[in-house]
Amino acid sequence: MYPTDRQYTREHEWVTVSGSTARVGITDYAQQQLGDVVFMELPEVGQEFAAGAQFGSIESVKAVSDIYCPLAGKVVEVNAALTDRPETVNQSAHEAWMIVLELSDPAATDGLLDAAAYAELVESL
Amino acid sequence: MRFGLSSSSRFHRSMNDAAANLRKTPLHARHVAMGARMVPFGGWEMPVQYAGITEEHLAVRRAAGLFDVSHMGEIEIAGDDALAAVQRISTNDASRLEIGQAQYSVLATDAGTFVDDLLVYRLADSHYLLVVNASGIQSDYAWIQQHIQGVGDAMAVNTSSRYALIAVQGPRALAILQTLTDVELDQIGYYRFTTGEVAGIRATISRTGYTGEDGFEVFVPPQGAERLWGALLTAGEPEGLRPAGLGARDTLRLEAAMRLSGQDVDDTTTVLEAGLGWTVGWEKADFVGRDALLTQRESGVTTKLVGFEMVGRGIARHGYRVLKDGEVVGRVTSGTRTPFLERAVGLAYVPRELTEAGSSLEIEIRERPVEATVVPLPFYKRDKG
Repeated sequence: MYPTDRQYTREHEWVTVSGSTARVGITDYAQQQLGDVVFMELPEVGQEFAAGAQFGSIESVKAVSDIYCPLAGKVVEVNAALTDRPETVNQSAHEAWMIVLELSDPAATDGLLDAAAYAELVESL
Repeated sequence: MRFGLSSSSRFHRSMNDAAANLRKTPLHARHVAMGARMVPFGGWEMPVQYAGITEEHLAVRRAAGLFDVSHMGEIEIAGDDALAAVQRISTNDASRLEIGQAQYSVLATDAGTFVDDLLVYRLADSHYLLVVNASGIQSDYAWIQQHIQGVGDAMAVNTSSRYALIAVQGPRALAILQTLTDVELDQIGYYRFTTGEVAGIRATISRTGYTGEDGFEVFVPPQGAERLWGALLTAGEPEGLRPAGLGARDTLRLEAAMRLSGQDVDDTTTVLEAGLGWTVGWEKADFVGRDALLTQRESGVTTKLVGFEMVGRGIARHGYRVLKDGEVVGRVTSGTRTPFLERAVGLAYVPRELTEAGSSLEIEIRERPVEATVVPLPFYKRDKG
């Protein structure tokens, strides 16, 4: 169910680290909870975020939700296709990456969950 | 991420979750079995969505939607002086109602602000049915009892538990409902109702709704609710009917610019500020709120509810601030990106000088002003041709 090629936060973001960069998105569980996504606000290239800081907002028909940065870093790429077609998140949350980070410390992944632990967390909700 | 709560569930959570004693409609088990997502609303646990708000919304605009609105409250007023009692508590002129006719109206405070909004049905000569919002059932009932004291021979009874209420709404609603009844539905005018059997159940069939579409609201005894719901689903599914939750109900009513009690209108906003002066029976002798509303009609309102559409990128939401040249001048009461129009629209109270269509405003979204423009209401009007 949850891809094993990445790590997860307790707040339902996923992150794929490769070398010193990482892609970030939200999980399939998160998109189910949101319902129909209609709007996304993502940061600008060059903005820096601490781990756990809010980097964007995602809006469904019903409500606005905050998205947090799983790891500290600087935004080097933003998925503009996603802001044009936010409903992509509902269709394939695990492919719909939002930003690419240049990580401040690529080894600082201690607080993240693997797929099994995340699946267990979702199960418990 | 942190999931945002919708404004309505936020409002009702704070009011009711402490009690954690949510009421259930006769269709509750059915909603759960159908996979609906259930949320607290006005003291009830209600389906917010089944397949998804957008899909349900579009089904209502293009075919039909089926809604459980049994959480709505029913209060009946009867007695020789029932009309005088209704006239006292409700702003609209109930003397204009024929038997079998309904009207939209307001329970107003002495200040002309909202206790609640409601529909008034004239069931018989001296017998009226008031349909009020779920969160107002107890408080409206107490308020009504208090304000009809001394009117004469009139008694108010909270009959909410005697009714389940199912709405079928959309361009195919009439055809679908017609397969379940001998009542000639096309003979029932807008805001008219009649009684008859539907799916073998004694029902009151009302041509009313909260979606901006043609449709019906059907009152049945609670024990008949499951049968009627099942019959409507079976008859309607080939026609494109879908069960729809409170989420779609909210986006549909907003496109049609129908006010949501407790959100767009409350005890801080007057009937005139809400743009609902047409619900006031000015010729009536007396009613609660009359003096204040007359005074305000004379002096003119200083703020008024308007519709707006976002020009810049962003979606306005309940509670966001309205700015003009950097100054806070108003507040958003409802806002979303509506599924059918696919536009970010909303309702807001703004100063009188900004109420003209075309007036330019900014909505403060996440601490940034985003351009918006005032547009005429409703945002959506069905094609009656």
